[in-house]
Amino acid sequence: MIPLSWYLWLSAALFSVGLFGVLARRNAIAILLAIELMLNAVNINLVAFWRYLTPGQMNGQVFAVIVLAVAAAEVAVGLALVISVYRRRQTVVADELDLLKW
Amino acid sequence: MSLELLLFLILALIAIASALGMLLSRHAVYAALFLVLNFATVAVFYLLLNAPFIAMAQITVYAGAIMVLFLFVIMLLGTEVLPPSPVLPWQRPLAFLLALGLLAESVYLLFFRQRLTLSLPATIDPFSGPKAIGQALFTGYLLPFEITSILLLVAMVGAILLTRKER
Repeated sequence: MIPLSWYLWLSAALFSVGLFGVLARRNAIAILLAIELMLNAVNINLVAFWRYLTPGQMNGQVFAVIVLAVAAAEVAVGLALVISVYRRRQTVVADELDLLKW
Repeated sequence: MSLELLLFLILALIAIASALGMLLSRHAVYAALFLVLNFATVAVFYLLLNAPFIAMAQITVYAGAIMVLFLFVIMLLGTEVLPPSPVLPWQRPLAFLLALGLLAESVYLLFFRQRLTLSLPATIDPFSGPKAIGQALFTGYLLPFEITSILLLVAMVGAILLTRKER
């Protein structure tokens, strides 16, 4: 039997990798990829807690499905933003998009 | 060590290695393909957790739709490889210090405070199907479901509006 904490560790590790990607990558598309990884780690948590704590109710899986839909919406808008920015500035480097910085 | 534990360890290794590969590859297409591998292994985790519907949705929505969208945009923009970024002078020591702190905390939690030894509840075949999820979605979670549909509509309108040709 796999302990619940193993799943939590796996999900924490994936989340940390994704967080590092969001903070460290410069390519805006790579940042979106890392955000996907973080959402995925959250889903592992939800499904693992559902399986170990309340397997009789469907709450955990329902949350996971809703997170899936939100991730799809987020990607559509995020990539549209990237395309729109690329049209104006000819770049996807996040450091150079500092119009609102100061 | 049972077969299940061995499977978990191997899959966890593949998942973390592919996540790191996504992080470290300079080429954006390779990063996206590493993420596809990661999503596939996570789908197997869902199968291990008796959630086949989530596993299949993971494959079709994440590894299918979302990653195809990513690859399409990466190849459309043609910005696969970027030059390496300039590093701030104090950045590396500070990052090293903070990462060390996080690692120490995790090791403490993992080896000295581990009390989470739950026993796995009995198998739940009648509940794990898509039917039960659909029932839960359309009865108890009807309002969040409708809000999600509105969110998807707004995202669609937003994506079309943002990528429209400027006049």
